[in-house]
Amino acid sequence: MSTIAEMVQRRLPKPRQIRLSRRFGSLAGWTLTGACLLVLSALMVWILVVVFMRGIGALKLSIFTTVTQGNGGGLLNAIEGTLVLSGGALLLAVPFGIASGIYSSEYPGSPWSKTIRFFADVLVGVPSIVVGYFGYVGMVQWLGWNFSVAAGSISLAIISLPYICRTTEFALRQVPNDLRDAAYSLGANERRVVFGICLPAAMPSILTGVLLALAVSVGETAPLLYTAGWSNFMWDGRLTHSPIGYLTYAIWTFINEPFASANRLAYAAALLVTGFVLIINVFARLVLERRARR
Amino acid sequence: MKFRAWLAIAAGILPATLAAIVLFLALYSWQAIHFNGWGFVVRDTWNLGNLYANPIMRHGVQVQPGATYGILFLIAGTLLSTFLALLFAVPVGVGAAIFLAEAVPRALRTWISFFVELLMAIPSVVFGLWGYVVVIPFLSRHFFPLLAATLGKVIPFFAGPTGSGYGLLTAGVVLALMIVPIIAATLRDALVSQPVALREAALGLGATRFEALWKVMLPGTRRTLIGATFLALGRALGETMAVLMVSGNALNYLPHNIYNPISTMAAFIVSQLDSALQDPTGMAVRSLAEIALVLAVISVVVNALARLLLLMWNNGQRTLAV
Repeated sequence: MSTIAEMVQRRLPKPRQIRLSRRFGSLAGWTLTGACLLVLSALMVWILVVVFMRGIGALKLSIFTTVTQGNGGGLLNAIEGTLVLSGGALLLAVPFGIASGIYSSEYPGSPWSKTIRFFADVLVGVPSIVVGYFGYVGMVQWLGWNFSVAAGSISLAIISLPYICRTTEFALRQVPNDLRDAAYSLGANERRVVFGICLPAAMPSILTGVLLALAVSVGETAPLLYTAGWSNFMWDGRLTHSPIGYLTYAIWTFINEPFASANRLAYAAALLVTGFVLIINVFARLVLERRARR
Repeated sequence: MKFRAWLAIAAGILPATLAAIVLFLALYSWQAIHFNGWGFVVRDTWNLGNLYANPIMRHGVQVQPGATYGILFLIAGTLLSTFLALLFAVPVGVGAAIFLAEAVPRALRTWISFFVELLMAIPSVVFGLWGYVVVIPFLSRHFFPLLAATLGKVIPFFAGPTGSGYGLLTAGVVLALMIVPIIAATLRDALVSQPVALREAALGLGATRFEALWKVMLPGTRRTLIGATFLALGRALGETMAVLMVSGNALNYLPHNIYNPISTMAAFIVSQLDSALQDPTGMAVRSLAEIALVLAVISVVVNALARLLLLMWNNGQRTLAV
């Protein structure tokens, strides 16, 4: 005696067993790939722990209030220098970067626009030391500016320019074409459509891109070593013929010194730079994430 | 129309900048290119000559007696460290991308990938600091002796002496960590955007989830992986500060084992400019400019190739991830 269900089950083909070797292969695959991710995350955590633990241990109020003296003192001159250099770089790069971003997103089909996009992509990959050496032979030597804010800022601007161009272009492309069509049909001209409609709509993403470019330029060292030089003093306000300090230089130089006070400066500088860069990146991510969800 | 013209002119600053960099470096190093000839890339001696003697005329230019400029050891150091970095970074990046795209729950995926890809945002000099402070002591005390005692018995290139920890393998490890997020991020994007039907078809034919991924989904992203690897290659070739701080900055020295000090073209420019300035004829500074020019040309070619491959294969879709 058997139920209908049992009869049906007997007639169906038995589910084929997955061979042990295949099952083992899959398990090994997931384990290995998981291990890769684990290793990466662990290394990231390791870097952050090293930077933050040692940095917090080295951070004192005097870091923010005094200038560097020999192998000790504070980092006020370097903090000011980083702000001046990166601020100057943004001032130069933002108008050009946004203009090229607008051009490559609003006239996407034209050959010039394709050229701009291609060069932006390639310029992102040019090593920063190449830009730095160009700054050295071009501005420091040939133009005779010596180590200076101008040479450093222009070098940093060259580095942040393609970032700003690319983020602006991608931000503008998120603006739906219906908006543009509606504006044109109401009789707006190109300038009006771009400045009145597209830019305001894309502004949060564009600003986020500018902030990310700022993070990149704050973290750069190689393009500044031979353009901005280094100075233990506060900036004297001159654009040329006057070197200026910056935080990444402090990391690089003072970690190699055999003095605990110098090493502390390096750790503090590393914490300031990394903290700043991370905050900007997390903020940018939150902004972009929220816009993508909308 | 006038508005568009203004934008077009402003946008021209991008190509103009790149052209200016290459042209200026070429003009500045012209005498050095002429003086060094092709021997520049096959000689392995960088020697400023006798800096206390009077300059002499050779090949129509003024140089210090005994000066030779060859960068073979730099080319070797650059290629070896980049090769090692890719050797570590590609498998780990692929593995991490697979696990992120397929095994991590969607809610967690965004944040874990963001965390791992934050590696891209960490400044290179901070990688250098980390390498200098913790990686070098760790590797030279614990890992290198172990490696030399095991693998070194079989492969001579891994045999000791293991040295101080500054060297090729350390540079490769630190570089690998810097470029691995490029590969992981790009490949994860590509895996997530593969058609769901592909996976469903594979599962329907009886593949396990991993088999569906490994044999069906992953081959579809092969081209993206190649493009991303080229981007990573470009980054590793030009990386300066981290390499400068962990490579040992070897001069006129070809590595005999994987622990030996090396130097790369990018790091050499930084480490040598001060002494190059001692050369009254300026030929040393011009030769450094020639290195920068070589580096610029290589990176432009590698990056252009990577972008073209990615553009061609991804139906004109560009990525902002890297």
